[in-house]
Amino acid sequence: MTENYTALFEQHKKAGASFTDFGGWQMPLKYESELAEHHAVRKAAGLFDLSHMGEVWVTGPEAAAFLDYALVGKISAVAIGKAKYSLICNEDGGIIDDLITYRRPSPEEGVDRYLVVPNAGNAAVVAKELLERSAAFDVTVEDASANTSLIAVQGPNSEAILLTLVPAEQHALLTGLKYYAAVEVGIAVNGTVQDLLVARTGYTGEDGFEIYVPNLDAPALWEALLQAGEGSGLVPAGLAARDSLRLEAGMPLYGNELSRYVNAYAAGLGPVVSLAKEGDFVGKDALAAIKAAGVGSTIGQKLVGLKGAGRRAGRAHYPVLKDGTLVGEVTSGQPSPTLGYPIAMAYVEVEFAEVGTVLDIDLRGKPERFEVVPLPFYKRQK
Amino acid sequence: MAKVVAELKYSAEHEWVAVDGSGPAGIGISAVAADALGDIVYVDLPEVGSIVTAGETCGEVESTKSVSDLYAPVTGEVTEINDGVVSDPALINSDPYGAGWLFKVSVTEEGPLMSAEEYAAANGGEL
Repeated sequence: MTENYTALFEQHKKAGASFTDFGGWQMPLKYESELAEHHAVRKAAGLFDLSHMGEVWVTGPEAAAFLDYALVGKISAVAIGKAKYSLICNEDGGIIDDLITYRRPSPEEGVDRYLVVPNAGNAAVVAKELLERSAAFDVTVEDASANTSLIAVQGPNSEAILLTLVPAEQHALLTGLKYYAAVEVGIAVNGTVQDLLVARTGYTGEDGFEIYVPNLDAPALWEALLQAGEGSGLVPAGLAARDSLRLEAGMPLYGNELSRYVNAYAAGLGPVVSLAKEGDFVGKDALAAIKAAGVGSTIGQKLVGLKGAGRRAGRAHYPVLKDGTLVGEVTSGQPSPTLGYPIAMAYVEVEFAEVGTVLDIDLRGKPERFEVVPLPFYKRQK
Repeated sequence: MAKVVAELKYSAEHEWVAVDGSGPAGIGISAVAADALGDIVYVDLPEVGSIVTAGETCGEVESTKSVSDLYAPVTGEVTEINDGVVSDPALINSDPYGAGWLFKVSVTEEGPLMSAEEYAAANGGEL
């Protein structure tokens, strides 16, 4: 696989980042201390390069009906300017990817337009899958991933920081923007104000924004945001902090909690699946059968949160035991920087998935006590 | 670039050893390893009085991102452990060759060790 570099690679190098491969991309893992970056996002703000994420535009008279067919959620019910978290599944109900779909203003009467944002490692697969599924619909599917950068500002100070780059007459667009909504906002980059798509979404459990920007302007926007956040505690943050932040917020990571071998009901994403929506969708029959069988509630395994009693953390793929018997497997785990104790997500047999159940994680041969706790582990004070 | 201290010897598993011949040898992990591990949050050290064997695991170092075994770079009896680093493992990141030392061993036999120059050349450290 050839290595991909985002338009911000030089910025990261200059800032002293150490890099890691993620989904075929060389991404900043951390700049100095991933703990400091984590805490900055919880207390002030962090700046993330998410340009490895995909951007697929779906446009046409049947765009809504097509996305209702291609994804498991009822995308046709999303209002212009709003967004929805959904899944793209196989016929057998396995998860190809989890993604966010933004409904954008109609470019013309009778035509709908959506932006679908898949994960980095799945972007090409999702674009191809959407194209194949679109054959019977009057839509165009355009993969803009290669030309689009994505920069996120996350943390309690992110609104104030972003506002410094927005003309005063447009401030209300940003301050009035709801969670899981997006709007075109004028942002000062390189001395000129450009209309950029700004979404109030994130993967950290904090307030924050994700800004879509053409590759060419991404370095200037990155520098402008860093400068704007200088007095507000903003630091560039890498994938290590992103992972610990999303884990505390109980958000699944594709490849860890989600895969083609996992279904929405076991993953606790049953509410994301709309079996009631009109018409067929890919994976519907399988998902209906899985739900009817009680997978994730009365049979099979279920994704749970685990809180450690000691100081040692469980890690992905560690066995989960009940009285020495294997009852599950950790998908993500580490010491929680915010909470100060080890946390983990794990798939466990449903009979041991009740909150309060005491289990062990096999930590390289030594069992360590963990208790099933509700997700998310961390919820911000609003 | 991560610092490599000239006066120390190093194992392939990134432990440093301060062998001065006058008493038990101090042992820690190199700045190269500490940087690669990330912020260290937990350290499990061998007990005082136990015998460690060169090349064998004798504890572990856990960071936010990962966990690594600690390998004894020498054989001998553990005479002292650094309680400071047990209660504040971040010392390994901030001062890996000083306050972040891990334990001391009364050495009966050294494992295969590298000079600082050899270690730096092999691992991209800075002397």
